Amino acid sequence: MPMKNLGLSIIAVLILALLAIGIAMSHGMAYLLTVIIPYVAFAVFLAGFVYRIIKWGSSPVPFRIPTTCGQGKTLPWIKTNPVENPAGFWGVVARMAQEIFLFRSLFRNTHVEIIDGRPVYGSAKWLWFFGLMFHWSLLIIVLRHLRFFIEPISPLIGALSAVDGFFEIGIPALYLSDIALLTGLSFLFLRRVIVPQIRYISLFTDYFSLLLIIGIVSTGLLMRHFFPADLNAVKTLAMDWVTFSPVAPQGISAVFYIHLCFVFTLMAWFPASKLMHAGGIFLSPTRNLASNNRMQRHVNPWNAPVKVHTYEEYENEFRDKMKAAGLPVEKE
Amino acid sequence: MSFDKIPKPDQLIQIQYAPPKTGWMETPVEFRPGTWSYSGTAKSLTALDLPNPRSWQPSDDDWKLPENWQAIILSGMKERLGKYRSFRLFMDVCVRCGACADKCHFYIGSGDPKNMPVLRAELLRSVYRRYFTKSGKLFGRLAGARDLTMDVLKEWFYYFYQCTECRRCSAFCPFGIDQAEITMMGRELLNLVGCNINWVTEPAANCFRTGNHLGIQPGGIKDILDFFADDIEERTGVRVDVPLNKKGADILFVTPSGDYFADPGTYTCMGYMMLFHEIGLNYTFSTYASEGGNFGLFSSHEMIKRLNAKIYAEAKRLGVKWILGGECGHMWRVLNQYMDTMNGPADFLQEPVSPITGTRFENAKSTKMVHIVEFTADLIRNGKLKLDPSRNNTQRVTFHDSCNPARAMGLFEEPRYIINHVCNHFYEMAEDTIREKTLCCGAGAGLGNDENMEMRMRGGMPRAMAVKKVVEKHGVNRLACICAIDRATLSSLMDYWVPGVTVMGVHELLANALVMTGEKERKTDLRGEPLAGY
Repeated sequence: MPMKNLGLSIIAVLILALLAIGIAMSHGMAYLLTVIIPYVAFAVFLAGFVYRIIKWGSSPVPFRIPTTCGQGKTLPWIKTNPVENPAGFWGVVARMAQEIFLFRSLFRNTHVEIIDGRPVYGSAKWLWFFGLMFHWSLLIIVLRHLRFFIEPISPLIGALSAVDGFFEIGIPALYLSDIALLTGLSFLFLRRVIVPQIRYISLFTDYFSLLLIIGIVSTGLLMRHFFPADLNAVKTLAMDWVTFSPVAPQGISAVFYIHLCFVFTLMAWFPASKLMHAGGIFLSPTRNLASNNRMQRHVNPWNAPVKVHTYEEYENEFRDKMKAAGLPVEKE
Repeated sequence: MSFDKIPKPDQLIQIQYAPPKTGWMETPVEFRPGTWSYSGTAKSLTALDLPNPRSWQPSDDDWKLPENWQAIILSGMKERLGKYRSFRLFMDVCVRCGACADKCHFYIGSGDPKNMPVLRAELLRSVYRRYFTKSGKLFGRLAGARDLTMDVLKEWFYYFYQCTECRRCSAFCPFGIDQAEITMMGRELLNLVGCNINWVTEPAANCFRTGNHLGIQPGGIKDILDFFADDIEERTGVRVDVPLNKKGADILFVTPSGDYFADPGTYTCMGYMMLFHEIGLNYTFSTYASEGGNFGLFSSHEMIKRLNAKIYAEAKRLGVKWILGGECGHMWRVLNQYMDTMNGPADFLQEPVSPITGTRFENAKSTKMVHIVEFTADLIRNGKLKLDPSRNNTQRVTFHDSCNPARAMGLFEEPRYIINHVCNHFYEMAEDTIREKTLCCGAGAGLGNDENMEMRMRGGMPRAMAVKKVVEKHGVNRLACICAIDRATLSSLMDYWVPGVTVMGVHELLANALVMTGEKERKTDLRGEPLAGY
């Protein structure tokens, strides 16, 4: 089954690519892809994202259940870990920032092996390293793409692109973030295919999301370095989208259509997929709550009475035995 | 305790981490003897008004479920998705990165891929997707969804009762996905159709009626505590009081019943009594609230609340100022993260202040319940105890962080502070196996029964091997802990993997070192073993 999932996701991505090539050859379809679908995909992405967050948010948090990873706040002379075991709001903010920007928990990762009849915990930071590399470079690339959608181009985006292409390898300059993204993705993908345990747990969606993003990056790189796209036409198209006056472009390469097709698929699919971890991480009750249960009462909105065994019932059953043992009773 | 029926340690350590050839959805569960727990008896279920009481065993083909068991579980799932954000979120956000996989002691010890937290959770997620997500409804297997069949239910039973809710995976998950939450939901759902284990339901039923898991009745508790007072007098020459159900006490003391039922917990209990006597604490035990532990945590949130309610109710009835809790792991998860929300606010109690040192326990100002190691660490810090650590010179001690005080409280320094003041030979285990990365005893969450012995020894193996390392390096012979389940179960674990190491509570260690007013010359420790030099 695991290899089947990999095969199916490769097929799915190839079908998408063929579809895009087909679209490139048909004027009517190209119109659909460049004029209608961008709005549909964006709307699905936005509405879907919001829907999922609201859906999660509509389930209450009945109990305050942070996972504590450091000394809690107890006696004043005991050194606490205010971030890994936050007792207040700012500690939680710091903890969440560490998780979101630095992948703190993943940094803890270890790898177990049985050596000489005993488990040994080796350091295993690769997943953290390549995972972080992938996510940060993805962010930089998305931000760089804003130059297509903003006129005049914000100096910030210009500066970001300049730094990203600092080494000026080749013409046009190779972006570091492109290399980092592709490296990160390759690691994540190969790890999934090669490590037997990870392959065993992988679903279709795990391969598909990686392959789809790999497809987007590859077509992007192809257009920048091998089959240069007409940047003016692309910019015009993007600005037309932004100003709600889209016109199907002329003379744009098939690679661009594949790129677009992948991007729109990703956007539309995003809210229905595991990629929603991007929004979900903010809501995780084991991370985003302070560990101050004994200081401040947490209220459960659906807290309801339950059947208990009262002291009266207890004493009624055991009164004679309690008296015999010389224990005080409420009723003689 | 017999290990006859399970493989020898050198066989058990031959662990294969390579997954099976068949995909996990195509590999049905096999109830191998030694790896599962007996079903909850009809009597226990009836006592708690739990559904579907009957006679059955997980190894039976027919589990005698109600006709509409699928509908019951699915509607239970729907209800819980709407009540717990943790559940809904953890069903959706996992990316299957696998960081949790080799963090689970059951996976490390068994190599069974369904013991990787990610896959244990997928057992439930696959059903969630099939019935509660559009992609699962439309694409089935392709979307990682599958029907809720009898095979799936059996798999749930087997693996949700092969998780000790220790939360180690959750410390490593980039989204904080907590397998304990998922296991708790899985067990709640199983409970809806009467699939539970007796090591959980019987203690819960006992606790509901008699006030403690072991079903000890009021006279029995008094006898046991009196007996401890005799033992203490014999060892120390000091007669301690046994306050029980005493109105007008300042403090209600609640500890797990394991502490007054079986060795080596009994020595810890004697330790508490000696400490309280020495500082002249006006406290009381209770027979009605004679259990700090809460096996509701291992069945359902409703059951947690039903069993926990006694503690505040008794504190109110006795008119105490605040509550002190003994050494226990899951008990403190409940007291710290559930009690106040479920059965509070405890506005009839006062903010805890130590009557001996005057220290205000600000961190417990809402629950009004203080952990004994906080209380004792404060006494030592303020110089209120006379201690002779050399009395523990025969002990070479290491400390096991219990899962819940570690990952649901963050209580790391206080026990170490006490240990460092009461003994001269303390050695930490490897960094990857202590504090927030601590490894479970392998038998918490109701799994500490004899029929589950192989799985216990597998699950406890990582902890045992970390102990073995300090035994070889430093000659450690004592494993200290602050958990009653640990005291019961680590003892078997040590016998199996690291013979020669015995288990003790931190307050037993303290009591050995405690110099009491009017004591005779102490020649033995609490266990009657000679002190160094005698």
